[in-house]
Amino acid sequence: MNEATGASRLEDRQAAADGHRWIGFRTIVIREFSRIVRIWGQTIVPPAITATLYFVIFGSLIGRRIGEMGGVGYMQYIAPGLIMMSVITNSYGNVVSSFFGAKFGRHIEELLVAPLPNWLIVSGYVAGGVVRGLLVGLVVTLIALFFTHLHVQHLFVVLAAVLLTAVIFSLLGFVNAVFAKNFDQISFVPTFILTPMTYLGGVFYSISMLPDWAQAASRLNPILYMVNAFRYGFLGHSDVNLGLSFAFMVAAAVGLFGACVWLLERGTGTRD
Amino acid sequence: MNALSLRQLAKTYKNGVEALKGIDLEVEEGDFFALLGPNGAGKTTAIGIVSSLVRKSGGRALVFGHDIDTDLETAKACIGVVPQEINFNQFEKVSTILVNQAGFYGIPRAVARERMETWLRRLQLWEKRDAVSRTLSGGMKRRLMIARALLHEPRLLILDEPTAGVDIEVRRSMWEFLRQLNDDGTTIILTTHYLEEAENLCRHIAIIDEGRIIENDRMATVLRKLHSETFVLNLRHPVAAPPEVPGYAMKLAEDGSIEVEVTKDQDLNTVFAALTARGIEVVSMRNKANRLEELFLRLVEGRDAATGRVAAGAGS
Repeated sequence: MNEATGASRLEDRQAAADGHRWIGFRTIVIREFSRIVRIWGQTIVPPAITATLYFVIFGSLIGRRIGEMGGVGYMQYIAPGLIMMSVITNSYGNVVSSFFGAKFGRHIEELLVAPLPNWLIVSGYVAGGVVRGLLVGLVVTLIALFFTHLHVQHLFVVLAAVLLTAVIFSLLGFVNAVFAKNFDQISFVPTFILTPMTYLGGVFYSISMLPDWAQAASRLNPILYMVNAFRYGFLGHSDVNLGLSFAFMVAAAVGLFGACVWLLERGTGTRD
Repeated sequence: MNALSLRQLAKTYKNGVEALKGIDLEVEEGDFFALLGPNGAGKTTAIGIVSSLVRKSGGRALVFGHDIDTDLETAKACIGVVPQEINFNQFEKVSTILVNQAGFYGIPRAVARERMETWLRRLQLWEKRDAVSRTLSGGMKRRLMIARALLHEPRLLILDEPTAGVDIEVRRSMWEFLRQLNDDGTTIILTTHYLEEAENLCRHIAIIDEGRIIENDRMATVLRKLHSETFVLNLRHPVAAPPEVPGYAMKLAEDGSIEVEVTKDQDLNTVFAALTARGIEVVSMRNKANRLEELFLRLVEGRDAATGRVAAGAGS
């Protein structure tokens, strides 16, 4: 190899690596954020209306007759669960629809041909999902403040739980989008798996109210651990062990991230 | 140095289709290279592997010496790809598509905007920078994909059927643009449906068929391999039967013109002299097919005759 050739190869390598990954990551996140803002009528407004209805019907109308739960008013009890529910559905929904849309419209190829490592592409989409999850979570929190007061007892627990949950469901949305071949397959999981698991994950009740077998079954539902960790941050009360909840969430986030990168490396659903 | 080296590159799809059967190909830096073949020959698969949209089953691909197995990111940074199908977000504005794509290549937004203006002006799309991309015409969409592929100033530009479906005027201006780009030092690999395009633009050519390279040489050398050409002679007064000129194969076309096949060691003067002697007046004359098209069809027909298949004709 001559000197000029060696120099040009070095320049190529330099151009591909020199801090350019950060710009690539930022670009994916900006694109995702722009999408969330551009279609705000589909991304921000519906969860806000749904949360308002939950607070009015379950919290205000029915909640008054229920009285206390976990040592606090029912409205105060369900508020963290409703915030978490919106974070779960929106972080999942953002990634699954955005990534599948990119596959369907073939503009995912813009990313696949670019000199970006697969872990960075996954990270970019997950960051987009987290941004939407947290944005909607914040909107629902503001709505909750119209109906009840929220006192944060453990801020770090609140932030860590909501962030890990948003990451996990963004990654799950990514997996769904990778395997989906049509639009039916991206709505199947949220409708038939995610929604029932969320409703049965202790959003509206404490599992201590359930018979033993139902409590045991509920403990197999991963969403229960996320909702309870988040609720602990507000109320200082949880149906499950906090350490176990965080260990599970960290393990799930790491495992799913590895799985998503592996799927992209293999080209499943993208480079077939 | 070679811009692209393919060594025993192979691809077998999940359904068992063997799209590439171990092809070898070298494209020199600065070349304008045509990759031709009938539908399903393996051209798009080869391009897909180089641009990492398709996973290879075997062999190696090197871009400016960077192996896509060990140095993929660097190899990708050297390539700009213009695919056959539209693959940008049709709900985004032209400027958004371009600035984002530059970002994926690590180009800061301020620099991306400057380059965007340069390329959009050169491709006569600057006025459309704020238009939503789905509102562009077919030709504009193709030019947008070319601008997008050039934003990171790649050393190798790969175009898969770039002028498919665009009108003649736009096609000609795109040819001129690509010629300038090549003159400025960008290596270009082109697949095209229009063989006239390859003949006009490219210096080297490879013909791929059923996953194998069946011809790979300089364009001039390949064209010299064409042993005969068919000319169509339009006559002042139609004749009832093709005149007999010894040594020349002649036949009568439906519109009354005459088709004559002239081999390398024959000449048209003899034909004209024989026709004049018979009082047949030739008004005008043209090649029945573009020279490259003729060669291409003969190569494919030769293969089909050997395998007993009906020729599919030239295509993507």
